[in-house]
Amino acid sequence: MDQQGFVQSFLAAGCENFAEALKKSALAAVWFVFLTFPIMVIKVDTIDKTVVWRWENMAYIALAVFFGSFLWRWMLARKELKKDEVKQETKVESFLTMIQTTPAIKYTLLVIIGVVAAIAPLKFNIMGDKFQLFNLYQTNIMISCLLYIVLGLGLNIVVGLAGLLDLGFVAFYAVGAYAYALCNMHWDIGFWYMLPVGAALGAICGVILGFPVLRLRGDYLAIVTLGFGEIIRLVLENWGEVTMGPSGISSIARPGFFDMKLGVIGSTNYMYYIMIGMVLFTIFCVNRLQNSRIGRAWLALREDEIACQAMGIDKMKTKLMAFSLGATWAGMAGVVFAAKTTFINPASFTFWESAIILSIVVIGGMGSVRGVIAGAVILILVPEYLRDFAEFRMLLFGAIMVLVMVFRPQGLISAKRKIYEYKATKTAGAPNE
Amino acid sequence: MDYFLELLFGGLTRGSIYALIALGYTMVYGIIELINFAHGEIYMIGAFTGLIVAGLLTMLGFPGYSILIIAMICAVIWAAAYGYTIEKVAYKPLRGAPRLSPLISAIGMSIFLQNYVMLSQTSDFLPFPELIPEFEFMKGMGSMLSSSEMVIVVTTIMVCIGLTLFIKYTKLGKAMRATAQNRKMAMLVGINVDMVISATFVIGSSLAAVGGVLIASHIGQINYFIGFIAGIKAFTAAVLGGIGSIPGAMLGALVLGLTEAFATGYVSSDYEDVFAFCLLVLILIFRPSGIMGKEKVQKV
Repeated sequence: MDQQGFVQSFLAAGCENFAEALKKSALAAVWFVFLTFPIMVIKVDTIDKTVVWRWENMAYIALAVFFGSFLWRWMLARKELKKDEVKQETKVESFLTMIQTTPAIKYTLLVIIGVVAAIAPLKFNIMGDKFQLFNLYQTNIMISCLLYIVLGLGLNIVVGLAGLLDLGFVAFYAVGAYAYALCNMHWDIGFWYMLPVGAALGAICGVILGFPVLRLRGDYLAIVTLGFGEIIRLVLENWGEVTMGPSGISSIARPGFFDMKLGVIGSTNYMYYIMIGMVLFTIFCVNRLQNSRIGRAWLALREDEIACQAMGIDKMKTKLMAFSLGATWAGMAGVVFAAKTTFINPASFTFWESAIILSIVVIGGMGSVRGVIAGAVILILVPEYLRDFAEFRMLLFGAIMVLVMVFRPQGLISAKRKIYEYKATKTAGAPNE
Repeated sequence: MDYFLELLFGGLTRGSIYALIALGYTMVYGIIELINFAHGEIYMIGAFTGLIVAGLLTMLGFPGYSILIIAMICAVIWAAAYGYTIEKVAYKPLRGAPRLSPLISAIGMSIFLQNYVMLSQTSDFLPFPELIPEFEFMKGMGSMLSSSEMVIVVTTIMVCIGLTLFIKYTKLGKAMRATAQNRKMAMLVGINVDMVISATFVIGSSLAAVGGVLIASHIGQINYFIGFIAGIKAFTAAVLGGIGSIPGAMLGALVLGLTEAFATGYVSSDYEDVFAFCLLVLILIFRPSGIMGKEKVQKV
């Protein structure tokens, strides 16, 4: 498409001509100004009896909607066009495939990433200059990003692979975190002992939740898991004698390294390496799981439950496995979270935490490991570096979730199945045509 | 006995509010089989619009009753507009997509609306003016049943009767029932399905807004987060009665309201919300189709 044609099709997408598009956009702008008028323009204080009129918001909305609606229509039209076309890889996708399939590039890249990740938090003295890639603050952010990658990969097993929408994932995360905090407070049990215990507790809770909801799926399952997550949070908040209620548990021990005393910087760096190890371990496990018998059973279950049963897959076992394996990672991540922040309270385990983890999986690309990593990096790192937008973070989360679902339902990086192509050679009896 | 009556009236009031919101859930679910996660947020937006309009009118010196009526009408108009727009933006482009996609889009919409209200108003609890004045004739029962509770229950009953008649006898109501039964066939016999779906969203949102203004004036304060819990509970009520069924939603809401009121009254008030969630889990496990729902044969 030439330049002029592109501009024209962009401006008049989905309409007869440019004039009609202009009219449509203007109408949309007027409609949204009306829609947002009471909430965004008027602010009433019923105690002091004052009204603040914020007319400037109205202008922003009108402008944003007027130009946004062109984009919206164009994207919708493009999506419609793409439906008819034979599926083709986009440039980014084919670039990624190229990296994946060329071992030389792939391994060089992996080595570069590995080396950068390994030396990132360390301080070097190069010719008198202090050189450090990440300072303490950045290392901390990286730790939480890695934590979300682990959580996302865990939820990816349940949502992405098995297709069970779990909105109460944070409950298992809370179980792990509280298990470590309480055991550490009462019996002084260390991090390394609690890590497997947390994982086991998560798995057990996954089975406990999984059992009663085996018959449910889709929307019902989503609501029940949401209810389960909220029950756990409310119990944590109200069962004061055990969980300390809303005030939470503080001064939880950081992980120890062979009885060595680590300072703040030392223990943060140590935590960072633990997380790197954990992410690698998770990726390894998830990759193996994905290609195993059980992983294929999950995919089959996601695609069609009834056909899957007809093929002799034990639905109950498969679903329970998905729940408990997903919860295992959440339990482990919970232990790490408690050790990292050294303070936990029920406020860290609200529904919104589940929603953030879910959006990492969905936006990144359900069922794809690379997608989940990309999702976590985008959703956790970008808001941290754009501090000014911190308060808009959840607003953007919501908007992005809607937009991704509307325009790119498969996520940023879609999962790819391994395809084996059969190429007939002439010598081996080519099929007659 | 007095305590029992007080709890009973409290439960009826709760149940009425849940019913107003649950009707929206159940109608939308009946037609497009989507849990409209953003429905609770529409209730919240209705309450906020009511607050803003009531605040403005109080400052302009309008008399009490007219404030209630005008605030209610404005809340209904704007909530309906929001419901309509949300359907157009977040759900309509996803018709025919896998089931998970519209659900995630709905959750995104819900998060977006909450934060939109939080950023443009505040995250604090805002005091809501008392719109329903105390009646004179309730002196004997006044300690147990306040006038606002009475207004809530009566309004809900009237709305429910009106809605039932509407669904049963009007042309649009019939079209809605037909669409709920079979969307494709409805389209074939000349029903404008898109219009029917929009109408469902508009009606459901209006009912939620009525509930929002009434409960806000009863409790006396609102914030951006009220829609979340109310939405979940209303959904519980809808599931309890059998989702997709309108009388079921009313019955379910009543059962839920009474259960909650008695459980908090006689067991513990700390775990108020836990009871609703436990009831939801139990119902879904033992009778997923709800009290008045029909077992659905699964199609392959």
